[in-house]
Amino acid sequence: MAEKTMIEAVREAMFEEMKRDDRVIVMGEDVGSGGVFRATEGFTQEFGEDRCMDTPLAEACIVGAAIGASLNGIVPIAEIQFADFSHPAFDQIVSEAARLHYRSNGTWSCPIVVRTPYGAGIHGGPYHSQSIEAFYAHVPGLKVVCVATPYDAKGLLKSAIRDPNPVIFLEHKRAYRLFREEVPDDDYTIPIGEAVVKREGTDMTLVTYGLMTHHSLKAAETVQADDGLSVEVIDLRTISPWDRECVLESVKKTGKALIVYEDNITGGFGAEIAATIAQDGFEYLDGPVTRVASPDVPLTPYSGILEEYILPNPEKIATAIRKLAAY
Amino acid sequence: MAVLKAALKAHGLGDKQLLEIYYKMLLARTLSVRQRLLQRMGKGAITYSGEGHEAAQVGTAYALRAGHDWVYTYYRDVGVALTIGLSPRDVLMGFFARAEDISSGGRNMPSHFSSAELRIVSQGAPVCTQAPQAAGTALASKLRGLDEVTAVYFGDGATSTGDCHEAMNFAGIHKLPVIFVCEFNGYAISVNWRKQAAVDNVAARAEGYGFPGVTIDGNDVLAVYGSMKEAVERARKGDGPTFIEAKTYRLVPHSSDDDDKRYRSRDEVDLWGKKDPMTRFETWLKENDIVNTARLDELQARAAQEVDEATDSAEAAAQPDPESALRHVFVEGSARDG
Amino acid sequence: MAFTLTMPEVGETVTEGTIERWLKKPGERIEKYEPIVEINTDKVDVELPSPVSGTVTEILAAEGETVLVGAPLASIETAEGEVPADISAPAPSAEVTAAVSSPIAKPSAARRGGGEARATPRVRKLAEEMGVDLATITGTGPGGRIVEDDVRAATGGPKTAAAAQPVAARPASTLGADEESVPLTAIRRTIAQRMSAAAFSAPAAWLAMEADVTGLVALRKSVKDAFRKRHGVDLTYLPFAAHAVSRALVEHPYLNASWGDDHIVLRKRIGLGIAVAAERGLVVPVVHDADRLSIAELAMAMNDIGERARVNKLKLEDVQGGTFTLDNTGAFGSIISQPIINHGQAAILGFEAITKRAVVVAGDAIAVRSIVVIGISFDHRILDGHQAGAFLGDVKKRLEVFSAETGID
Repeated sequence: MAEKTMIEAVREAMFEEMKRDDRVIVMGEDVGSGGVFRATEGFTQEFGEDRCMDTPLAEACIVGAAIGASLNGIVPIAEIQFADFSHPAFDQIVSEAARLHYRSNGTWSCPIVVRTPYGAGIHGGPYHSQSIEAFYAHVPGLKVVCVATPYDAKGLLKSAIRDPNPVIFLEHKRAYRLFREEVPDDDYTIPIGEAVVKREGTDMTLVTYGLMTHHSLKAAETVQADDGLSVEVIDLRTISPWDRECVLESVKKTGKALIVYEDNITGGFGAEIAATIAQDGFEYLDGPVTRVASPDVPLTPYSGILEEYILPNPEKIATAIRKLAAY
Repeated sequence: MAVLKAALKAHGLGDKQLLEIYYKMLLARTLSVRQRLLQRMGKGAITYSGEGHEAAQVGTAYALRAGHDWVYTYYRDVGVALTIGLSPRDVLMGFFARAEDISSGGRNMPSHFSSAELRIVSQGAPVCTQAPQAAGTALASKLRGLDEVTAVYFGDGATSTGDCHEAMNFAGIHKLPVIFVCEFNGYAISVNWRKQAAVDNVAARAEGYGFPGVTIDGNDVLAVYGSMKEAVERARKGDGPTFIEAKTYRLVPHSSDDDDKRYRSRDEVDLWGKKDPMTRFETWLKENDIVNTARLDELQARAAQEVDEATDSAEAAAQPDPESALRHVFVEGSARDG
Repeated sequence: MAFTLTMPEVGETVTEGTIERWLKKPGERIEKYEPIVEINTDKVDVELPSPVSGTVTEILAAEGETVLVGAPLASIETAEGEVPADISAPAPSAEVTAAVSSPIAKPSAARRGGGEARATPRVRKLAEEMGVDLATITGTGPGGRIVEDDVRAATGGPKTAAAAQPVAARPASTLGADEESVPLTAIRRTIAQRMSAAAFSAPAAWLAMEADVTGLVALRKSVKDAFRKRHGVDLTYLPFAAHAVSRALVEHPYLNASWGDDHIVLRKRIGLGIAVAAERGLVVPVVHDADRLSIAELAMAMNDIGERARVNKLKLEDVQGGTFTLDNTGAFGSIISQPIINHGQAAILGFEAITKRAVVVAGDAIAVRSIVVIGISFDHRILDGHQAGAFLGDVKKRLEVFSAETGID
């Protein structure tokens, strides 16, 4: 076991799966020379151009061809260079990949992974910073995973590749090289749909995912030290299907729920979590279900000053924790 | 005559095959008409007829290896579906949206054909999403070193979509074993080809993507068959894609919800009616002593009976269980609840 | 066999069609799938194929007529067994699987914090506002949950009306410089709701009479000291009023009733509510079976509930079971008033201040008498004026009977 960054973990997951199963290929723009984030570094040398395939600049075709290939004995990983550029593929993802199994009454299935870097905080501007999980979590027939730690990334990406259903695999780009942690060198998987309690607590349940997990853990430490507040931090890891039981059990224990997500607040996935807690956890609540998220502004402006103003950070999260705790 | 028959035989078309082709066209025609009438009786919400397209559909599909080659159809392709091997009952089970409908269990609109066994891939309604998928399936055949080809069917309107261009581009780059078959009838619902593109023949675009495109008389079933056979052989050999533009005409409105009097004249429809591929092939078969009138009548009666029996059987079949609406969102056993 | 051809749904969203032209006449033969009639719809013009073979016997919709989907168009006589299969809609499933998820587990009665009683956030807030300790309350809601009414009952406040609408406080930003916004207490809110409910549902009429209570005044004066010594409580005029009212109610059952929308509910027992002005607001605790209590018993009961109301110690049973309300408006000097009916009851009687007046007595002489105005607001759905008047006259008579000679026992 060694300490790895998240991009290394992603690379390892794909590499191991491609060695393990001849059917797995990765296709996308620039993957042949290692990819713009180096996720496929060394793959062409190892697997050849046919299995690490540079595609034309045509996202609809990347995903469409992946779908077609997945029906004929191939397990494609379609890399979309930035989540912001996934929208041309929306039709293939939503009209086709998500629906194929259902509309054919179970006859056909589409075992593709569409993986893409997402998220803000790198001065990426409005087209290298978007969050897209809400669009796809809304669609029956898709699984959506959001990772921001190396250990989670490798285990979940392996599960996604092995899943017979279409999986949208979102990797927070800011977390790619943010820190290192122990990642097993060998084969292991993390089940899709399972959240993890990253920090135990008794006063409040904080539900989050992606980069916000890191910010939330920092905020939880701060409020423990400064205010004596004990916050339980849950990283959903999978957005769809999400781990309702884990969250509701926690809220039952603590009585207060704070949901933190980077995406625009309105219609962001945290709204679904909030609605579920309000309806199914009503009996346990000792305060209003509260959300911390970005305001409804295109994510994100390029200027560091503007970007910082918009995005949630440990300070804003800590403030929200204190306010809810005082209720 | 002998020379012609010998030539046809060289292409694999003896009398038996010619009559098979004719019968598939006849079944397609009969089924299209039957579904139109059933819909007007209120027995189905919608139907898309293939009347007029029989030669383009049956001629191309007949050149494929059914169940081995891959087929991506669109909603007008009843002739393709029947030629590859779906039965009239299979088609009508979809019309009536019955539980055992092979294409979708009544979940997809009628005429969205699907069969895993026959390798007819399930289709959605967004136009031409099937083209990149077909390219992907052909890519898989190539990567796996198999001798399968993939045929993808669509109308002329579909050629304007980004998906169509992206798929053709991708297929050309990798010399994929895929045949693009455009059933060109000159109308995308009501929009005439003049408003769809700036060129007369859409096949010209193939050159821009690095492979051959051919424009043929889509109402001449033998010419269609010949072109497709050539394209299939090219693809199987590894020489890459072909674009076949089969010029034909839709003798009826786009769907049961369309009133084609709004956008085209009866004179035009009558003109093309005289070029009906059914009568044209019947005439040819008779002139070349492959059938006589009595035999044709017999075949027509057989097709009518087959469709009648299929109608009764499909109509009497069980409806889907309402609760089954919740199944098959995910491949079962792989999704967590909640 | 006779078959009726009906108008089918020929296109998505098509709901009707106009008969353009019949292609067959009665007596003519028609084959299955053969076109039988041309119909215009706003979407498409259609030729309807016949679903059966047979002979047309009757045209049921004429050319030019507009028919709805499902309407009969023609009768066709078919050969036996030729009726087409019935494509009815699938039988509706007994239960549609709802997308609403249910709570994963019913929480047990014990809450976080150990021993804290179960109540929703709203109820806990109310309890906090009203100074009620949830631990002392037994919940009457589902699973033993404490509901709003339980909290109110613990304070003696009136029960909530259906679907309490929160009264929005006037936003501070619209206040004038010389205005102050006072937020509503829960009890104020409840009173507002109930008064509104009563006032806006029951058409209330009102009539008043004067009673000569000179004798009553004398009676009370003569016994009050001894009463005080013996029972430890003051004897006011109110027990006498309660006595008169409760006995009169026995004779006038429609005054002890409730409006049931399509019927009147007569109540057999008398629960006399006594309006009490607690500092927090109006409360109306009940003296149960007041008609069976003596003056002394009434006095003690009313004193008890009055006291407990004032210190917010009423129990649930103290505020339940009221059937008629007695309002001692005279206590703050009113000589005539128009009380609002207690929601759910038929009438309310206001007992005004007793004043000395110069009145005309028998023989057209002027005398000084103690006079009290008694007024009754009544629900005119249940009662007419003469019924209310008869009851009030009864009360008046009983009040006028009291004298130093009758005593209070």
